[in-house]
Amino acid sequence: MIHARKLSRTFTRKRGKERVDAVRGLDLDVEAGTLLAFLGPNGAGKSTTLRMLTTLLPPTSGTATVAGCDIARDPDGVRRRIGYVGQKNSASDHHRVRDELVAQGRAYGMTRARAGERADALLDRLDLQELANRTPTTLSGGQRRRVDIALGLVHAPELLFLDEPSTGLDPHSRAEVWNFILRLREESGMTLFLTTHYLEEADSMAERVVIVDRGRTIADGTADELKSELAGDRIDLGLRDAADAERARGVAARFSSEAAAAPDPSPAPAEPADTTVRIPVPNADTALPELLAAMEGAGIKVATARGVRPTLDDVFLALTGRSLTEEEPTE
Amino acid sequence: MTVRTESLAPAPVPARSPAASFVRDVATVFTREITPSVRDPLGMLLTMGQPLLLLFFFGPLLGGVGAGGGDGSWQWFVPGVLVMLTLFGPMMAGYNLLVELLGGAMERMLVSPMNRTAMLIGRALKEFAVLLVQAVLIVLLAVPMGFELYPLGLLAGLLLLAVFGVGLGSLSFLLAMKSAPSGELFYGVTQLAVFPLMLLSGVLLPMDFGPQWLQTVATVNPVTHIADAMRALFTGSFTDPSIAWGALSAAAVAAVGLTLGTRAMRKGVGV
Repeated sequence: MIHARKLSRTFTRKRGKERVDAVRGLDLDVEAGTLLAFLGPNGAGKSTTLRMLTTLLPPTSGTATVAGCDIARDPDGVRRRIGYVGQKNSASDHHRVRDELVAQGRAYGMTRARAGERADALLDRLDLQELANRTPTTLSGGQRRRVDIALGLVHAPELLFLDEPSTGLDPHSRAEVWNFILRLREESGMTLFLTTHYLEEADSMAERVVIVDRGRTIADGTADELKSELAGDRIDLGLRDAADAERARGVAARFSSEAAAAPDPSPAPAEPADTTVRIPVPNADTALPELLAAMEGAGIKVATARGVRPTLDDVFLALTGRSLTEEEPTE
Repeated sequence: MTVRTESLAPAPVPARSPAASFVRDVATVFTREITPSVRDPLGMLLTMGQPLLLLFFFGPLLGGVGAGGGDGSWQWFVPGVLVMLTLFGPMMAGYNLLVELLGGAMERMLVSPMNRTAMLIGRALKEFAVLLVQAVLIVLLAVPMGFELYPLGLLAGLLLLAVFGVGLGSLSFLLAMKSAPSGELFYGVTQLAVFPLMLLSGVLLPMDFGPQWLQTVATVNPVTHIADAMRALFTGSFTDPSIAWGALSAAAVAAVGLTLGTRAMRKGVGV
C-alpha cells in the first residue's frame, strides 16, 4: 500500500542560511490491511513524512508510491485513494457539520444527492446525527474529532492517515475514537497509518510499530518483536536483606541475558533498594520459574518476584539513550 | 446497534475529465464558501452598509470638486465605488483562507483531488458574489439620483471586475499562505497596499488635478486602468481605448495571481 524509498525533505529557513533535514532517506513498506503506528519524539519527522505521503508536501528527494500511485507523478491518483485526518480540526468554525460533509463528498466528485446520502450515513455511524446542523465551535473536543474522522471517510478511502487522532482528548473520548478506528478496520479492512505519542496506544492497538528519530526509521516490527529484540524482559526479585541480595545476584548471573547481572546494569532508574535484584532475561515468563527453582536450590528465600515486560519507551531508550516520554508535546 | 446498508468499505473514486471537473471544483468551493452567508445572512447584510455610506455621505461632495461635472458625477462616481469595493473585498479574502489554514480545513481540502486553481477561483468568486449584490444595490439607489443606466456596459463592467477580483483574491490567498502561521505579513502588506492602490487610481477623486508625478505613478497602477475602463463602460461606450487597457490590466492581475497562488499550493502550504 505504501512503498517509500530514500524519502527526504529539507526545509530552509532564514533565507536559505539554515537547513533543517526533517526527513533523511526514509524507507518504508506497508502491506494493505495493516494498522501501523508511526512513533517518534517531537521533531522526529513524523508529520513531515505524513505530509509527503499525503501529497501535501513534495519531497526534496526520494520516491514513494501510495495506494499504487506515485506521489510526485500522480498526486491526483493518490488523493483519490487516500483519506487524511490531520492533527487540527478539519471542519471550519462557521460551517455546519453536515454542510462540510456534503462539500467534502462533492470535492471527491459525488453528485449532490450522493454526497448527502453519504453525509447522513457517516453522521449516523459516528453518532453525530444530532449535531448535523451545529457549527464546530459549539462542539466538544471529542465530537469535533468524530467530525474530523467522518470527513476523512467521506469517499471510503482504501488507506486512511491519521495524525495524532487521540491527542488532546479526555480518556473517554480517546477510548471512543479508538473503538471506532478498530471497528472500522475490522469491517472494511482499510489500511490505517497513524501517528501517536501515546505509547500504550501504539503498543496495544497497532500490529506494526515504526519508530522514527531524527528523520530516519530506527525500528520497525510488531510491538512484541521490538520489545524482545531491542529492550528485552527483566525479572525483579525482592530479597529480605542485602546479604541475600548479594548471593541472589551470583545465582542470577547464569540466567542473565547480559554479561553481568549484578549490580543492575540498566542506566535508567536510580539504583533500587539494595534488597532488590534486577535480572535482564530473554523471556521473563519462562525464566521466572527456573530462576525461582535455582534460588530455592541455593537456599535463598525470595520475598517477591516479578516478570517485567519492557515498554516501547524502553525500546526507544535502548536505541537512542533518550526517553520518548521526556519530550511531551508542548502544544 | 444501528443497522445500515451504507458501507465503510473502500470504494475507489473514479477519475474525471479535466474540464468538467474544473468547473465542478469551482462550484464546490464557491458553494461551500457561500453557504454560511446564506444560512446566516446578517453578516452579508452588514457588508451592504459600506457602499450605502459612500453613496450618501461621499457622493454628494463630488459635485463640489467638479468630478465629471454636475449630473455626470454619478456616472463617474458609481463605477469608482465598485472598483473600490473590489479592492476591499477580495483583498481581504485571504483572511478567511488564513483562518482555515491555521485550522485544519484547508489541509483537508488540499488532500482531496480538487484542482488547486479551481480552489482559488471558487473562493474569490464568493467575494465577487458579495460584490455583485452590493453593485446591484448601489445601481438601484443611484438611478433615482440621476445615474444613467447602460445595461450592457454595466454587465461588461461587472465581468471586468470579476476577472480583476479573482486575480486580486488569488494574490490575497497567496499572501495568506506565505504569512502563515503568524499572519503578520498578511495584515501588514494588505494594509500597506490597499491605500496606495486606491488613492493612486483616482477611484474616489479624479487624478486630473494632481501634480504630474502623481499622474505618472497612477499610470503604472493597474487599478487606474480598470477604473478608467469601468467609467467608459458605464457611459455606454465600448470603443474607448481605456477599455482595452482595463481588460488587459484585469487579465494580467488574474494571470499572475492564479499562477503564483497555484504554484504556492503545489509547493506545500502549512504551518
